[in-house]
Amino acid sequence: MSLSRAFFAIIRRDLVLALRRRSEIANPLLFFILVITLFPLGIGAQPNLLQAIAPGIIWVSALLAAMLSLDSLFRSDFDDGSLEQILLSSHPASLLVLGKIIAHWLVTGLPLLLISPLLAIFLGMPTHSLGILLLTLLLGTPVLSLIGAIGVALTVGLRRGGMILSLLVLPLYVPVLIFASNAVEMAGSGLPVNAQVNILISILLMTLVLAPWPTAAALKMSIN
Amino acid sequence: MFLVPDPVVRFFHRMASPPHFYAFTERLMPWLVVIFLLLTAAGLYGGLYLAPADYQQGDSYRIIYIHVPSAWMSLFIYVVMAIAGAIGLVWRIKLAEIVAISSAPIGASFTFIALFTGSLWGKPMWGTWWVWDARLTSELILLFLYMGVIGLYGAIDDKRVASKAVAILALVGVVNIPIIHYSVEWWNTLHQGPTVTKMDKPSIHVSMLIPLLLMALSFNVYYLIALIQRVRIELLQRERSSQWVKNKVLEVKQ
Repeated sequence: MSLSRAFFAIIRRDLVLALRRRSEIANPLLFFILVITLFPLGIGAQPNLLQAIAPGIIWVSALLAAMLSLDSLFRSDFDDGSLEQILLSSHPASLLVLGKIIAHWLVTGLPLLLISPLLAIFLGMPTHSLGILLLTLLLGTPVLSLIGAIGVALTVGLRRGGMILSLLVLPLYVPVLIFASNAVEMAGSGLPVNAQVNILISILLMTLVLAPWPTAAALKMSIN
Repeated sequence: MFLVPDPVVRFFHRMASPPHFYAFTERLMPWLVVIFLLLTAAGLYGGLYLAPADYQQGDSYRIIYIHVPSAWMSLFIYVVMAIAGAIGLVWRIKLAEIVAISSAPIGASFTFIALFTGSLWGKPMWGTWWVWDARLTSELILLFLYMGVIGLYGAIDDKRVASKAVAILALVGVVNIPIIHYSVEWWNTLHQGPTVTKMDKPSIHVSMLIPLLLMALSFNVYYLIALIQRVRIELLQRERSSQWVKNKVLEVKQ
């Protein structure tokens, strides 16, 4: 099988598997909505306050939702041994792993993107910053999946990997959080956000090229 | 290896073998301790006694003789950890793996000291214990990165596998640290609080700079001492079934 066929076969397989287990798609999404609902309840529903912190809330919640969804990335494949088969194949493991990450993002990251306009309305965000919010989520959530994949790959063999995973992954999410939430905030006050968006694009390209490599190495290590 | 003179190569090859390393560091240790004590004494004397008080901050600036070297060490040790980890990954040198993981708690301690002294310094200067200043914030994130390394090592039972995991994580971290650092700095310039003043390094006077550099050197030597002690203990633990450790134990018993 050629590399590109193997790559797309993996994406297709993971998407089919995810559609059979819809709760895996729904859980991070519900978590995302729920956390955002908690903020007005916790800090009060003054429109000014909510509007001021909306970009930060949405992005922090997206970060947490992305982190929670990470466990499903390699878990079932690790348990039933198909991950071993994937790594044993003659194709470069990093590219096949990238296929899995893309499928995972389509299942967990993309829904966050689609539901976010609704949440932006909940929090009273100005409509003209909505486009930038979607753009930052489009550029940022794949980075979360790519970086997160390294963390899961390191901890997939552990019985209690959950807590340690957040410690590994969240500090690395800091740049995305800073630039993305700041872009949304600036867009809200009508300022240009080219710098932030360009930096997000470069972070995305860099992680896209670099992240699959340590992920594959860590998976090989975890499987031993 | 044609660029490196032969005796140097041989020295490193020998150092990679645990019994040699153990014996060599045993002889090295007293010297290191003496150098460390001399440097610390000179640095503290220069910094706390000879150097004049700052015209703005008075005597409270003197905490930089602990704070700044700790902050330097916290970054330096992370880089050492990543390099040692990479060497361990590529050439499968056991000693490099041990150096990498033994560095982590030391680096975390220096990071903590930098944060703690920074906050002590901030109380009289800023009027609060904590300000979301760029340097303090990135130092805090660095502490989390160290915690991640230590936590990951502790969570994996097989220590050879754990060392590999730590090496991968440290390498990922070392690529990210500059990005995190600059993003935090950028974030800070946008959200700068009203009371933030900066400790400006370049404008420091020579009489203050020399003790600072002495302290930095002494911290480096201290790191070496702490590292060697940790590596020796870890070596004994991992090689406990090998002959040279058994001989060592018998030697001590007699």
